[in-house]
Amino acid sequence: MYVISAIISLTSLGLFLGIMLSLAARFFKVESSPVVDELEALMPGSQCGQCGFPGCRPAAEALAAGDAQVTLCPPGGSALAEQFAAILGVEIDLSGMEEPEALVAKVSEETCIGCTRCFKVCPTDAIVGAPKQIHVVVADACIACRKCVDVCPTECLQMQAIEVTLKNWRWHKPESVLFEEAA
Amino acid sequence: MINLKRLLRVRGGVHAEEHKHATADLPIQTQLPIPERLYIPLQQHVGKPAEPVVKVGDKVLKGQLLAHSQGMISAPVHAPSSGLIADINFYPAPHPSALPIRTIVIETDGLDQWCELKPVDDPFALEPEEISMRVGAAGVVGMGGATFPAAVKLNLGRKTEIETLLINGGECEPYLTCDDRLMQERADAIIDGVRIMLHGLQAKQAKMGIEDNKPQAIAQMRTACRDFDNIEVIVTPTRYPMGWDRQLIRYITGEEVPAGSRATDVGVLMHNVATAYAIHQAIREGKPSVTRVVTVSGQAVASPGNFEAPIGTLISELFAHADVGESQVARIVMGGPMMGEALPHSDLPIVKASSGLLALGADEIKPGAEQPCIRCASCVDVCPVGLLPVDMANRIKANQLDAAVSIGLKDCISCGSCSYVCPSNIPLAHYFKYASGELIGRQQAQHKSEQTNKLMQERNKRMERIEKQKAEEAARRKAEKEARDKAKREQAEAEEATP
Amino acid sequence: MKIKPVSGPHHNVNRGVSRIMLHVIFALIPATLFGLYIFGWPAVNLFVVTIASALLFEYLCLKMAGKPKTVLLDGSALLTGWLLAMTLPPWAPWWIGVVGSALAIVIGKQVYGGLGQNVFNPAMLARVALLISFPVEMTTWANVTPLFSESAPDFSAALQITFMGAQLPDALTGATTLGHVKTELSLNHWLPESLNSFIDGRDAWLGFMRGSLGETSSVLLILGGLWLLIKGVISWRIPFAMLFSVWIFASLFHGWNPAQYLTPWTHLSSGALICAAFFIATDYVTSPNSAWGQLVFGFSCGLLIFIIRTWGGYPEGAGFAVLLMNAATPLIDHYIKPRIYGRNRKGAPLEVNE
Repeated sequence: MYVISAIISLTSLGLFLGIMLSLAARFFKVESSPVVDELEALMPGSQCGQCGFPGCRPAAEALAAGDAQVTLCPPGGSALAEQFAAILGVEIDLSGMEEPEALVAKVSEETCIGCTRCFKVCPTDAIVGAPKQIHVVVADACIACRKCVDVCPTECLQMQAIEVTLKNWRWHKPESVLFEEAA
Repeated sequence: MINLKRLLRVRGGVHAEEHKHATADLPIQTQLPIPERLYIPLQQHVGKPAEPVVKVGDKVLKGQLLAHSQGMISAPVHAPSSGLIADINFYPAPHPSALPIRTIVIETDGLDQWCELKPVDDPFALEPEEISMRVGAAGVVGMGGATFPAAVKLNLGRKTEIETLLINGGECEPYLTCDDRLMQERADAIIDGVRIMLHGLQAKQAKMGIEDNKPQAIAQMRTACRDFDNIEVIVTPTRYPMGWDRQLIRYITGEEVPAGSRATDVGVLMHNVATAYAIHQAIREGKPSVTRVVTVSGQAVASPGNFEAPIGTLISELFAHADVGESQVARIVMGGPMMGEALPHSDLPIVKASSGLLALGADEIKPGAEQPCIRCASCVDVCPVGLLPVDMANRIKANQLDAAVSIGLKDCISCGSCSYVCPSNIPLAHYFKYASGELIGRQQAQHKSEQTNKLMQERNKRMERIEKQKAEEAARRKAEKEARDKAKREQAEAEEATP
Repeated sequence: MKIKPVSGPHHNVNRGVSRIMLHVIFALIPATLFGLYIFGWPAVNLFVVTIASALLFEYLCLKMAGKPKTVLLDGSALLTGWLLAMTLPPWAPWWIGVVGSALAIVIGKQVYGGLGQNVFNPAMLARVALLISFPVEMTTWANVTPLFSESAPDFSAALQITFMGAQLPDALTGATTLGHVKTELSLNHWLPESLNSFIDGRDAWLGFMRGSLGETSSVLLILGGLWLLIKGVISWRIPFAMLFSVWIFASLFHGWNPAQYLTPWTHLSSGALICAAFFIATDYVTSPNSAWGQLVFGFSCGLLIFIIRTWGGYPEGAGFAVLLMNAATPLIDHYIKPRIYGRNRKGAPLEVNE
């Protein structure tokens, strides 16, 4: 008798909870956001391929599918990784992540022959110039994709760190000196 | 003397070792020899840098306009002494990085000859707008260190119809006594400046907060304002950071300035005592802001004191005057020891914000070894804002800046109280400065990436268009060619048909 | 004079972690000396063994973790060992001290990552683990036998007790106040008679009674605690909230039924309460950060102690109470945060009232 009442009560409890859950799933459904689009929008978009994927969109798809780490994008640095982690709801340890050094391409005036190859490949039109004239990089538009460096026949295009001025000077991160002597 | 009800409003803070005795009882020295060269940075204020109106080789008189202000928030710069303009170029700025800043260099002639001044006999007959205009033209900025253009603030206060003008005589930073001495020696001028500001603001009353470790300044100021019912001196406890404007506002009025709002939103406006003095000079004597009182102190200073020095004087010259032992200097600090910035060397000029120059000895900076955090929560207790410095620093350490922002990083005022009390010597304030800078950097990077994305899309569209045009062109040519071929064939056939 | 950019403040109080630890140890000295005096040589042996083994385990852990040996000198291991020794029955065998130290240092502290990382108070973790694992040794309470008094064991007898596992004669042991009351109540012997015949109130406050090595003298512990308060090492919030909550609940129940519930003053003067309130619950690492959080923590500790003492299976509950609240500390810190200037408790900007 006890067995029967136990079975009945537990079964009905299970049924009840199951129905409640399915109702809750129906009425409190959270619209799943188009995660891939959201992730892709955050990415630098230069299709640089440093992550190992053919471009930003495939990388975003892999991220959303869980096939890639949130730290996959070197140009995005830890700022991007933190945003990815927040969207995907994963815990991350960023303490070991290296920050990307901000670089821009710079044309050396001595060796530029005005061949126009660089500004033809620049994805953001950051290089201005005309045939047989020295080209100039607009630093604000340069995304450091290195495409121009690859095509330059005279190696006059080089990546350089952005010049530090009072406007963009920032405090460095304090180095943790804990137990340094043991290391 | 201290009102108990008000005392309960004070939150956090530290009672730092004062180190003020070395200079608090010495009169301000005004007879400094004029430096041979003055280096006047074009940006000594919040806002846009000033634009030079003089050329190299021009002869200028003391008080003459060197560079005019640019845009809404800016301040002009005047010649601190007479002489020749030697250079207008980039020179190291009085900044921890000592990176270059656009600077006008004057080679002084030693005459210290004033240009023609336009003093006002009765400022209270002037229109309030006229007061702000004159203050703005004199290049007066917040002398407490904030360096916000004073005229902009006055205009804002008048427009928002504030009731109370608060005068900050807190000077809560250790070592510094420049405001203290100014209040002791020039109380009448300060009160006059306060009255002029009240007129310019059309405000009812002024309240001045002074920490109780400056009894003489309190007495002098009370004597100076006894004839004016609308000016009151309020004694505050000595607890850093009492001079933080919002702490003082809460102490005096009991109101808290809501996050993201301005002091004027709770009906008050705050100015420093030294600013009041500068405004008095600007209006009554017509003298622009070209000098300031600087406290030179610290263990490595043999004869410390307060010096009224022209803006643009090199720190090294002031140090030479105060007999600083070069070998004993472990760190040079501009401002107070809590919020001031360490400078890499002494060949940098003083600016309108330089309240103090400290040559600290090795014993004073005591760089203790960093130890693990023991969660003692001292930093939580002393934070005047009510933040959790320990948690914020841990998140920043792990590069989780957004997480740090979520628990209040942006409300941090960088007062350094947390670092000051930390038994484990964790550089908490440094973490917060780093994170704040990094956040600005990220914001700019994001902005840039949005812009470049747009550029990229435009280019892609253009490329597509070109491709399309090319394809159309090719198709057209192909069609033409086919047409030509066809015509040829037809012609050939026709020729064949008619031999 | 070239200097790399260095952030302010360029000035600090330089208290140092080890200074704090030494302050706490200094505050413990009077009560410890008193405990060593009234329980004699066996207590001295146990005390020395516990502290020495705590330092040894710390050293071994540091070595394994590859941390510099200078960390050993920060005083935290010394303090943990010291606190543990104070909470042990004074005549317990040597291995209780050694096992306790191992539990405290290795399990309680180093496996979490060392100083500042542990969730539970190491000394309390060790004490509770010992109490559950070795109930006999941990509840054999020696009589008060001051050094050099007639009944006191001499040095060689003390070595026998501590190291050779000599059986303690029943005449030399007995129950603690709380244990006695618990037994008597279970036999339907009502208060206050059962207590009055057992101990005199003044002796209880001074510490002339059975109990843990360093926990008997409430007066000396309070003195040490007050000194820490004056020195600013601890804040008043946790001790005050804890003692207040025990006092208020004890008063309520005692007022309702004096025959079954102890007076609040007996509660305060017996067991580990004073020691826990001033020295254990105030442990920085395992207590909340915010002022209100600390009050909640202290109050809850006191409530738990009262509940365990009154209705629980054990006569004393300070260890359990502190551990339970240690576990709740992250939760308290998460929910109770200081209000940020210009914002309400939820973090939204204040309204401008016109």
